[in-house]
Amino acid sequence: MVHQYKLNGCNIVIDTCSGSIHAVDEVAYDIIAMYENGAPEEIVKSILTKYADRDDVTEEDVRVCIADVESLKKEGRLFTPDTYSSMAGTLKERSGDVVKALCLHVAHTCNLNCSYCFASQGRFHGERALMSFEVGKRALDFLMESSGSRHNLEVDFFGGEPLMNWDVVKRLVAYARSVEKEKGKNFRFTLTTNGMLIDDDVIEFANKEMSNVVLSLDGRKEIHDRLRVDYAGNGSYDRIVPKFQKLVKARGNQHYYMRGTFTHANPDFTKDLFHMADLGFTELSMEPVVCAPDDPAALTPEDIEIVKEQYEILAKEMLKRKKEGHPITFYHYMIDLEAGPCIYKRLSGCGSGTEYMAVTPWGDLYPCHQFVGDEQFKLGNIWEGVTNTGLRDSFRSCNAYAREECKDCWAKLYCSGGCAANAYHASGSIRGIYKPGCELFCKRIECAIMMKVKEALEET
Amino acid sequence: MERIRTLNTRNLCESAKNGGCGECQTSCQSACKTSCGVANQQCEKAEK
Repeated sequence: MVHQYKLNGCNIVIDTCSGSIHAVDEVAYDIIAMYENGAPEEIVKSILTKYADRDDVTEEDVRVCIADVESLKKEGRLFTPDTYSSMAGTLKERSGDVVKALCLHVAHTCNLNCSYCFASQGRFHGERALMSFEVGKRALDFLMESSGSRHNLEVDFFGGEPLMNWDVVKRLVAYARSVEKEKGKNFRFTLTTNGMLIDDDVIEFANKEMSNVVLSLDGRKEIHDRLRVDYAGNGSYDRIVPKFQKLVKARGNQHYYMRGTFTHANPDFTKDLFHMADLGFTELSMEPVVCAPDDPAALTPEDIEIVKEQYEILAKEMLKRKKEGHPITFYHYMIDLEAGPCIYKRLSGCGSGTEYMAVTPWGDLYPCHQFVGDEQFKLGNIWEGVTNTGLRDSFRSCNAYAREECKDCWAKLYCSGGCAANAYHASGSIRGIYKPGCELFCKRIECAIMMKVKEALEET
Repeated sequence: MERIRTLNTRNLCESAKNGGCGECQTSCQSACKTSCGVANQQCEKAEK
């Protein structure tokens, strides 16, 4: 399976199944497009006709290029056959019932009242609640007991707003640190916060213990304050930005992300990302809103087209800023071509409902944070483990080959079949697809790869 | 190759031989929380 596209002056060929990426000139681009469906003589004739006014395109030259394409095919770097279907479920099968990552909902309550919140202002369609230390400790024990031979365990302190239960977060981290060595585990903690309650204690502790912090900021003040308001209706921008700046400054080189959501109000979201950069933040992530199509915040089909253009603007601007010596990182453009994930990971997807689960303040288990509150998706609890094994099996069956729509998609080994929650909310099935999400995902990967190609070409 | 430049990439077919340790980060855990992408995950294996 081969995907060809032109972007920012680059002609790019992706060989999906080998992971190979080729930067080609327009002649090779056309030859590759014809290669599988035309005899060499036909290709030569067609290319010479198309480029009749070009002195550098000779018959001999075209034949050499065709031979190069043939060599790449023989080397398994072009037109690599799609033979992974039978392997698609193997990593999850091999992993058995291993759980290695939990999203701990330590606070089903929030001090902001953002109308677009997928978690219904932190309540996840239920009662307000805080997780007790005892429930959190049992969740960590459940994780260690369920993680088999896995060494790295991930725990995200999530909400609602986790800082509203900060003392419990600190005690849970202390507990995990006190037992991880003897259990042969390494905890990696993430804190996702709206920033309202950040103080010096939070900064010191988070920067010591959290592998990553995710800080919610939607960008420009007028955009942020439009939806991210407190219960009196006041915007939160002026209160949180100085706190975020202080935390990030103190964090040094450790991971963090400024994480925004864009909606129908700002499909031109790069302005918000660049605003974050102006505030001194360099590690940026911005996501399309997840909500019902009739929600006023929902992106329209017209917005989706604007967003695609915005992704191109962002990629070009990032290349420019890097050259100028003040680079920014965008989460979805991070792609490591040489040391990225193996084929098993690429086939098996996000792990929701199998190796990754969300825990409610009451200790119930759900496939991921986006399913919390929907009773039909309750997997079990942290005392008894997974009792709804049929539900777990249905999540286990999600992979890059589980959806008919993905069969011929060039991007399936970059997204692994996509987000089960998005698919469910859009189609009614976790084995469905969320088409606008697919379109944006493909665009992001095209941009991310274009940036790699552009830099490689400029190095020589 | 005059007209084709191939970037250095991890060979996915080869990765089938020694991949699959399962130690890498859960895809959506780190920043996005609302979509799935595996391309930005780091491989945790020293010998790839």
